[in-house]
Amino acid sequence: MPQDRIRNFSIIAHIDHGKSTLADRILELTHAVSQREMREQVLDTMDLERERGITIKAQAVRVEWKGYQLNLIDTPGHVDFTYEVSRSLQACEGALLVVDAAQGTQAQTLANAYLAIENDLEIVPVVNKIDLPQADPEAAAAELADLIGDTPEHVLRISAKTGAGVEEVLDAIIERVPPPAGDPDAPARALIFDSSYDQYRGVVAFVRVVDGAFSTREPLRAMAQGTRFEAEELGFFSPTMRSSDSLAAGEVGYVITGLKDVSKLRVGDTLTSERRPAAAPLPGYKDVKPMVFAGLFPTDSDDYPELRDALERLKLNDAALFYEPETSQALGFGFRCGFLGLLHMEIVRERLEREFDLDLLVTAPNVAYRVKPPNGEWREVHTPSDLPEEVEEVEEPYIKASIIVPKEFVGTVMELNNDRRGRFDQLEYLSEERVHLTYELPLAEIVLDYYDQLKSRTRGYASFDYDLIGFRPGKLVRVDILVGGEPVDALSLVIHRDFAYDRGRALVERLQKEIPRQMFDVPIQAAIGSRVIARETVKAKRKDVLAKCYGGDITRKRKLLERQKAGKKRMKRVGMVEVPQEAFLAVLNLDGERK
Amino acid sequence: MSERARHLYVHLPFCAHRCGYCDFVTLVGRRDQHAAYVEAVLAELALELPLLAPEVETVFLGGGTPTFTEPDALAELLVSLPLAEEVTVEANPETVTPALAVLLREHGVNRVSLGAQSFRPHLLAVLERVAQPDTVRRAFYHLRDAGFDNISLDLIYGIPGQSTPDLEADLDCALALGPEHLSCYELEAKPGTRFTHTHGAELARQADAMESYFELVVERLTGAQYRWYETANFCRTGTSADGRDLRSRHNLAYWRGRDYLGVGIGAVSTIEGRRWRNAPRLAAYTAALARNERPPREHEPLPIDVRQRERVMLGLRLDEPLELAGLADAIDEEALARLTALGLADVMPAPAGPPRVALTPRGRLLGGGVTAELLV
Repeated sequence: MPQDRIRNFSIIAHIDHGKSTLADRILELTHAVSQREMREQVLDTMDLERERGITIKAQAVRVEWKGYQLNLIDTPGHVDFTYEVSRSLQACEGALLVVDAAQGTQAQTLANAYLAIENDLEIVPVVNKIDLPQADPEAAAAELADLIGDTPEHVLRISAKTGAGVEEVLDAIIERVPPPAGDPDAPARALIFDSSYDQYRGVVAFVRVVDGAFSTREPLRAMAQGTRFEAEELGFFSPTMRSSDSLAAGEVGYVITGLKDVSKLRVGDTLTSERRPAAAPLPGYKDVKPMVFAGLFPTDSDDYPELRDALERLKLNDAALFYEPETSQALGFGFRCGFLGLLHMEIVRERLEREFDLDLLVTAPNVAYRVKPPNGEWREVHTPSDLPEEVEEVEEPYIKASIIVPKEFVGTVMELNNDRRGRFDQLEYLSEERVHLTYELPLAEIVLDYYDQLKSRTRGYASFDYDLIGFRPGKLVRVDILVGGEPVDALSLVIHRDFAYDRGRALVERLQKEIPRQMFDVPIQAAIGSRVIARETVKAKRKDVLAKCYGGDITRKRKLLERQKAGKKRMKRVGMVEVPQEAFLAVLNLDGERK
Repeated sequence: MSERARHLYVHLPFCAHRCGYCDFVTLVGRRDQHAAYVEAVLAELALELPLLAPEVETVFLGGGTPTFTEPDALAELLVSLPLAEEVTVEANPETVTPALAVLLREHGVNRVSLGAQSFRPHLLAVLERVAQPDTVRRAFYHLRDAGFDNISLDLIYGIPGQSTPDLEADLDCALALGPEHLSCYELEAKPGTRFTHTHGAELARQADAMESYFELVVERLTGAQYRWYETANFCRTGTSADGRDLRSRHNLAYWRGRDYLGVGIGAVSTIEGRRWRNAPRLAAYTAALARNERPPREHEPLPIDVRQRERVMLGLRLDEPLELAGLADAIDEEALARLTALGLADVMPAPAGPPRVALTPRGRLLGGGVTAELLV
């Protein structure tokens, strides 16, 4: 297909603004999917995606419309996957920017719109859900036009649900989005914008060919990593895989690599032909670094090998997932895992539990810290209990938070941000009613419950997005928790000095409630170094007997005892103390009580 | 060689009234069926006679209310049972007339377990007991008058509405009668029963008080020279026992893991690693035995590890040390060391033979948790 008959575009939208529904309608209209095959969210193949209504992995579908080849590159809509979004956008020349007619512009809309603008994409603004009774398409269109510097008349008004206006969207893609402008005769170059893993065929790379052409059985090379392989099969999705002999400049498709190690082929890298290699890779490749960490432990320590295998398999499709073995005195053998953000963490955990049927204990998440011990070298710490007691300097990651709220909530949002060590950056009115606030915050302050707090304090109206802006020094201390005199590594936390006392106090009180009475007194302490800052005691149990037991009752009493025994086995032992798994999550739920 | 059972349990299910908290197999009234039931019980006993040793040590008639059984039928049963060194009958106070006391005594019964439960009228009412405090006292003296020198009283604590002074008063009233034996149980209200439904909130309050009640019971009774020989059982000892061992021999057999044969509806037998329970249905029971067939039963195999666990669970309820011989596989050595360090268990090296373990008084108050910990 000549490049002037090709259009590559993606759809960007805030969660629930109708991206997947619009994609479904496009597939229907272009007959890529028959009515019989049609189901909701065709592109979202993972159960989790369908349930949460979000897209985790990018996919690309080729459809035909009025003699043009349109490639729809689906993108994840969440901040945690910004890197994947930006790779996907780089594979396109245009983007549909979809906004809900009732809700208007949201933080993710902004973040993704800015990403699209940075990537020089032609933006086709679309107001969706005009069929909703509470829809205000004119206001949404005005806001959207203002955001991207367009006129409201240029904004398409559609209902992806009913199909109204969707044909015009396809026409607008052909009219407004520029065709690809690569050099068909230059040495071949393709951007890997996503990959997945097939257990029989190895790594499958999703690519956008920029220059030249690729053909089946050709020896290829990933330029940044230097990985060499042969293209076992080329093809495209429509929406199922269709093989083809070649992929030419401007086209989007897949390459089956046969590689068995997903880390050998990174998203963002450039593929070229070994026979006639390109001189330089396409710009934009960078290594993504996880910033949020948590310990994952099997509830039943016998499941450790299953957890290891499951992480290995998840990693095949999720290059951003980081994990390394971790041994906790309290929780036994597990893994310290690194995630791009909170949603990423939650998704990994849910996939492990659902797809691999694992029962997991996840410790409170923490961020990465950079520390410099006295007379030592800077190093990165991923586990609070690894923070040395004596440090010369500690740095923690900061974010720039972008929050959009109706103006009446500005005060409460500012208050929340101030409580969270936030530094005010900017306030700007998007319309008469809605305000865009930016703040700089330590990432640590948002990993626990910031989002929930923001949502509840603004009655659900706030939308939130963030960008990492680097490490900054902080007055941070390590608070240890001792149960029965033994430090519990899994409960250690790193916190700003000013909050240490209150947090230690709250945690100790919470644990006192969570840890059941034992056969002896159990002191629970919070300490900074050797200084105890809070203490509570779980008083010893005085009675624990089965009332009576005679000949007719032995079986039932034995079963009761066996149940009691099984209950004990589910507990984790810290020294002599049996601690229920829930107690380790106490740290997670503290903030509801925090003023 | 086959060990035959030396202990016989006979279940007599009939009651005048079913108390709200009761979860035993009981049947209200049915006076016209008592004789037929006793006949069926004797038929079952005849069928199972080969399982019994020629010399039976103990016989226990439990219920229900065995003394509610029609006197002729009860007498017929008693004369037909094998002779034994200890023959116990459970009795409700209101059924114990002078005549009944004599009947029991004349038919070889030498121990009576009297279900007093409480001496406080408002608590007896909550338990739906027919007897009044004085009914209990009168029954006790009728038994004494008939020559019984081994009487046990049952008390229940943790009754909705009960206070610590109520419990103290109950213990005082019981001690004032000077019974040879006392059983003190915490009220077990089964979830889903009418009783639990009626008394829900108050039961929760009682559950919180149960710790101090149990301590109070143990302190008060051991202070009155009673031996706390089993978690919930006490007997006179030393001079007040005239040199007799007043522990319940029949129940000791359960706690020591001996075999026993149980006959009657709902009765459980455990013999040579097999356990079975007769179905608790009267009609099916009498019908089967009328045909001289075994009644419907539920069988439970007892593999060796289960038997070992039961030995530990039951043995640790006693104040006498448990011999660890043959139980090594059931016991977690590490836990034993931990519990010993906590002052909850004592390991006693026997002069000859394998070591024995006993719980300390505090360990016995925590017996359930300690046992759960100790078992592998």
